[in-house]
Amino acid sequence: MYDVVVIGGGVIGCSIARELSRYALRVCVVEKEADVGCGTSKANSAIIHAGYDAAPGSLKAKLNVEGNPLFTELCQDLAVPFKRTGSIVVALDEKEVADLEALYERGRKNRVPGLRLLDQTALRALEPHISDQAVAALYAETAGIICPFTLTIALAENAYANGVEFFFNAEVKKVYALRPGAPRFLVKTDHLCLETRYIVNAAGVHADNISRLAGGDSFYLTPRRGEYCLLDKDQGSLARTVIFQVPTKMGKGVLVAPTIEGNLLIGPNAHNIEDKEDTGTTAAGLAEIIAGAKRALPSFDAQKTITSFAGLRAVPPQRDFLIYADSKVKGLIHAAGIESPGLTAAPAVAKLVREILAADGLKCKPKRNFNPQRPPVIRFSDLSFEEQSKLVRRDPSYGRIICRCETVTEGEIIAAIRRPLGARDLDGVKRRTRAGMGRCQGGFCSPRVMEILARELKLPLTQVTKQGGSSYLLAGPTKAPEETGKKGATNNGSL
Amino acid sequence: MEAYDLVVIGAGPAGLAAAVAAYEAGVKKILLIERDREPGGILEQCIHNGFGLFYFGEDLTGPEYAARFIQRVQERGIAIKLNTMVLEVTPDKWIIAVNKADGLLKIKAKAVVLAMGCRERTRGAIFIPGTRPAGVITAGTAQRFVNMEGYLPGKEVVILGSGDIGLIMARRLTLEGAKVKMVLELLPYSSGLTRNIVQCLQDFGIPLLFNHTVVAIHGRQRITGVTIAEVDPATKKPKPGTERLVSCDTLLLSVGLIPENELSRQAGIALDPVTKGPVVDDGMATSVEGIFAGGNVVHVHDLVDNVTREGEIAGRSAARYILNPKPAPSLKINTKAGAGVTYVVPQLIHPQQMAEELVLSFRVNQVFKDQKLVVALATGQGHKILGTKKRMIMVPGEMQEFKVKKEDLWAALGQEDSSSPLELTVSVPEEGEDHDV
Amino acid sequence: MYRELICIGCPMGCPLTVTVEEGKVTAVSGNICRKGKEYAEAECLNPTRTLTTTVKIKNAMYPLLSVRTSKPIPKDQIEACLQYLCGITVEAPVTIGQVIVEDVLQTGADIIATKSMARQR
Repeated sequence: MYDVVVIGGGVIGCSIARELSRYALRVCVVEKEADVGCGTSKANSAIIHAGYDAAPGSLKAKLNVEGNPLFTELCQDLAVPFKRTGSIVVALDEKEVADLEALYERGRKNRVPGLRLLDQTALRALEPHISDQAVAALYAETAGIICPFTLTIALAENAYANGVEFFFNAEVKKVYALRPGAPRFLVKTDHLCLETRYIVNAAGVHADNISRLAGGDSFYLTPRRGEYCLLDKDQGSLARTVIFQVPTKMGKGVLVAPTIEGNLLIGPNAHNIEDKEDTGTTAAGLAEIIAGAKRALPSFDAQKTITSFAGLRAVPPQRDFLIYADSKVKGLIHAAGIESPGLTAAPAVAKLVREILAADGLKCKPKRNFNPQRPPVIRFSDLSFEEQSKLVRRDPSYGRIICRCETVTEGEIIAAIRRPLGARDLDGVKRRTRAGMGRCQGGFCSPRVMEILARELKLPLTQVTKQGGSSYLLAGPTKAPEETGKKGATNNGSL
Repeated sequence: MEAYDLVVIGAGPAGLAAAVAAYEAGVKKILLIERDREPGGILEQCIHNGFGLFYFGEDLTGPEYAARFIQRVQERGIAIKLNTMVLEVTPDKWIIAVNKADGLLKIKAKAVVLAMGCRERTRGAIFIPGTRPAGVITAGTAQRFVNMEGYLPGKEVVILGSGDIGLIMARRLTLEGAKVKMVLELLPYSSGLTRNIVQCLQDFGIPLLFNHTVVAIHGRQRITGVTIAEVDPATKKPKPGTERLVSCDTLLLSVGLIPENELSRQAGIALDPVTKGPVVDDGMATSVEGIFAGGNVVHVHDLVDNVTREGEIAGRSAARYILNPKPAPSLKINTKAGAGVTYVVPQLIHPQQMAEELVLSFRVNQVFKDQKLVVALATGQGHKILGTKKRMIMVPGEMQEFKVKKEDLWAALGQEDSSSPLELTVSVPEEGEDHDV
Repeated sequence: MYRELICIGCPMGCPLTVTVEEGKVTAVSGNICRKGKEYAEAECLNPTRTLTTTVKIKNAMYPLLSVRTSKPIPKDQIEACLQYLCGITVEAPVTIGQVIVEDVLQTGADIIATKSMARQR
């Protein structure tokens, strides 16, 4: 019997789980994919926003501005790389300068610290590669960049270390709201049936379905697809800050940003779609974001794209986060419609959800043994020569480079598999260690990573998957046994 | 700290040849560094034949070709560190490397030969839209699985790209029991050998569709199919209305190779934006003194025989530098890709130190039939034709060569004042175009 | 009888039309050089291929040993040969050039190792 079942292991679900793990509660996370952070959390702009963008008075504005400063301590505790690069919104003609002033004003109302208007000279000093058309910019010093899956994984690991249970490959199929008196719910997946007093609905684009399954409020989340291109690290230094364009009625527009790992990220566009699983990119979409990004930063080389991807944002009907206790079903708390700036807001969303749960009668008694810190992850490529030497002497598996592009060692991959909630598939290793994330996209290292996964998880190589489920990587051995069997017995010993 | 006269990075065909050539030229303290568990490089997985026709006058398989050079290295007692990854090469020729047995290594070399080879272009690099399921694999990775590790990547395969690796893999997969449904080629011609089109595709009834590409990948976990379309040969854009769905469990990509130059870049070596490899002179010297390069790290070759030849030049030049370290002479000629030509290697010629004969390697940018090739030297006084040659056929997929004799080059140079810029242009002028400027 | 072929002699890829009468090539057209005629004759009368593939190997660095036929074998024997080789397992060490199967399926060609593989552990 759980106190809280969190449905959805994205950055929101994991933030909530980690927040709840501070208290003496029995909590679990159910996730339909094979790992945490497999939905919107793995395909977004990877930005910690300052908070001038959302409408004053909205939940988005409040939680963005509350969430942003929390990242300093959170990332320290969780050993997650985070960099406050600052962001700029550029005006690409004189008319747009007025828009910057309006944004500045909105930021002031939202109580965003560190906002400044930059003239062209100051802008060019800050971003030497910015378009010649750029005449001015709004600078926000608190904005930053982060790796969203590193954050999600870190939150989950820390929650797990503090007692939260995680169930993967567990898509919620039914929710039974029981008659008054605990337990209130049965949450059913294919293989599980969980009793719980509270449900937190953090199911991303599927949160509307979850509410429906539970008999809760009816709302519809529109999946809005955003496509991105990730460029080679040799393009990463073209942008120092996160570069936005003046938002139009079409949305925030295409941004250009360095990533925390030193790549250059461009995107997204915004297209409403029907299918909540359709994370496919389109030729037209990729062309659109490249053209869009070129408006602000003309000099990047699109040919240096190493991968492109798309993520779905869960767009709520009123364009504000839906974080509240369901009006019909007691004990069902929604954390839904978390589109941008959801990543930034995540720690504040978690606190708000905890408050709503408490207000709804959940007794949150702080645990004395809560450990906010996650043991740091060894990154061979970040170490000095002496540190690397010492590490390899201590554990020779750090002397075997598996991923050449990102210089990831066998030791790091083994650690990623053995960590709590460790990697179970190729993508899991990739998200935890960056093996396969470089310019060759796993061409050289994926066979080696598969071998390590097979060895560590005691699986045959043919059962190693890319991303769980039926995403197998090999169809089977060559010289299949059945063929061998036909003639095998008689022709041995030809040597 | 360890010290060697020569460190060769990469023990594939270029590196092996460089080490042997340097040894023969009198340098004995040589170290080969290889990241894989055995020497030979990519040849070890190229189990098909067709190697060595030029170098040995024999039709060898990849492992057989490699074995000959591995034997030469072993006979000479040249040191080799396997399973060792070079992390950094500095401009003053320190090499930082790592392996399990030795840990971190700091090696000082008098000269370095870069022979890291190349890597495959991936899906991301060519912008194939769609989902990102398992089962999209590059041809070389698939080749390693099938030929060395004993696994079949899939059973129903579509191949994009008709270069030789794609064609070879079509046959290999078929022989191992997979169904190769088709090979798609964006261009109106194949960059692969005719022999491979016949023996790898036609022998097995595998269709080759020119002017076709994959416009979308489908499937959430494992690929379930691709949408293919015909492209307009002029724009290379898909023609609307020609899309059709082809089911498959594997998409094999054979869409080009890129020289691996991360170490070169770190060392501050100038790279050619077209070849994506180091700018080299006639002795395969890079822009950093004492660092040489050869083989696919410089530009992608079709024939291993030429990789070997380049490795040997790099090895010999490195040996000469080790025995008598001095910078290259100041008189230099830049080579230039003229009309119809994509690039020329070497990019620089030092006429004072060049060998008696120099091979210019280049690629044409389209199919030329019965066209004349012109090599001309531009000096302060005008253009001089060094040679013209009519060729029956030149295709982009087949590297072209033109041999320049030292004496001819000097004759063309005449009493040239070394201060004026010198340029040697290789071009395929259009019919009737006057090249005698 | 006519047969259409593409010459593999060079990148020209001449489209050849071959006339075969009573087991003999009586005419070849479409070729622009001698190679075309030679290829057409060989391909129509006795098409052969060198088979390169692998056999299973025990106690070696990899589970497969690369092998080839010592000379080209009739094209129509390729599949049978492959099937046969599926049943072959050798044991390391193996030396390059070593005969793995003598006179495979009476083709007159041996299956030989194209790589040396040492015994592991």
